Amino acid sequence: MEYQNILTTCIYCGCGCPLYVQILDGEIVGVLPSKEHPISRGQLCIKGWNATAFVYHSDRLKTPLIRRGDSLEEATWAQALGLVAQRLATIRDESGPDSIGFLTSAKCTNEENYLLQKLARAVIKTNNVDHCARL
Amino acid sequence: MSVIEQVRAHVKERLQQLDGVVALRQTVEGTAPFLFREGDNLDQLALEPQYPLAPVVSLLHKRDPAVRIGVVARGGDVRALVEMAKREQVDPERLHIIGVACTDDEAQDCRCSDPAPSIDAWPHAVLVGTPAQGAGPNPLVAEYDKMSLEERREFWERQFSKCIKCYGCRNICPVCFCESCALEDPLWVEKGVLGPPFPMFHLIKAMHMAGRCVACRQCELACPAHIPLTVLYDLMRRDVEALLGYVPGEDLGMGPPLSLTLEEAPLRAKVR
Repeated sequence: MEYQNILTTCIYCGCGCPLYVQILDGEIVGVLPSKEHPISRGQLCIKGWNATAFVYHSDRLKTPLIRRGDSLEEATWAQALGLVAQRLATIRDESGPDSIGFLTSAKCTNEENYLLQKLARAVIKTNNVDHCARL
Repeated sequence: MSVIEQVRAHVKERLQQLDGVVALRQTVEGTAPFLFREGDNLDQLALEPQYPLAPVVSLLHKRDPAVRIGVVARGGDVRALVEMAKREQVDPERLHIIGVACTDDEAQDCRCSDPAPSIDAWPHAVLVGTPAQGAGPNPLVAEYDKMSLEERREFWERQFSKCIKCYGCRNICPVCFCESCALEDPLWVEKGVLGPPFPMFHLIKAMHMAGRCVACRQCELACPAHIPLTVLYDLMRRDVEALLGYVPGEDLGMGPPLSLTLEEAPLRAKVR
């Protein structure tokens, strides 16, 4: 029998509270706050306490889905990203760059958010960038 | 030998006959509960900060009905283990307790009046450290006692209005183990609505803690809204002791009064 706690960072907002994920024999069994960390000082909000709830959830998406008509079909990442790139290019060319907006997320890292705004400004050439914390 | 060295020596010895010992492990990342097994680096075994370990013992006992483990337990942990054992959430026969008496400073941090684990009733247990005197009564309770009924209602309304419904007080509680919780039942608590129903949200929890709360202060320390939960639970403990003559966590052999029939646990006449 193996039981341990792995320190990680809550994925739900920009506060980035550290928390422990409890692991029993390789399976996530719960969350504990980090009592020593200066950010959360042993306290979490309801999102942090449930930060791992999606991991084994039956609704969790495990592959990209592409909408075809009324149905969502499983696809590979190459197919999904290829389609997104192609449609974004078409919309930009037909309706102009400012017809597109980019919404990013506190769940992403700084670097990922930087890359998204770079994509928006340098590739699509729009300043329409916003963030889930303002939605 | 210092207290920590004595604890490590006991753990090392017991690891030869047990499947593991639950204790705190300190690494560069921080300190958290861990199941030490034979051969693990016991220099990493730490005694602080305090995490509730009774739920970890319960988790491991339930996962494997044959597993025999130890636990490095503070006074609050042992009291919680007592209440969990009475409710068949841990099995005393499969548990070795290495009790650690808290220092006076540690007792003050947890407002603990009973910082030395009482281990006599446990089949396999040892105590390390010198029992400290412990903290006196909660000063906030004395202040509360002076308030009028109206002031008390206002006090709780003010405190509970800070609640962000994180459920942290329930999640960290070492004696909360129900699989379905009244606080998640839409009959009592509507999902997605802030704040919590006043005063039911906190009073449901308090009622369920009657005869169970072992005064470890983990809920108060886990509360991001800084609600003085120990006032609520100290008052509940005081009433349970006055009415039922019961102090949770004190006596492994005494049945929990609210789980017994009235004949087994007669109400004391002293109703205030």
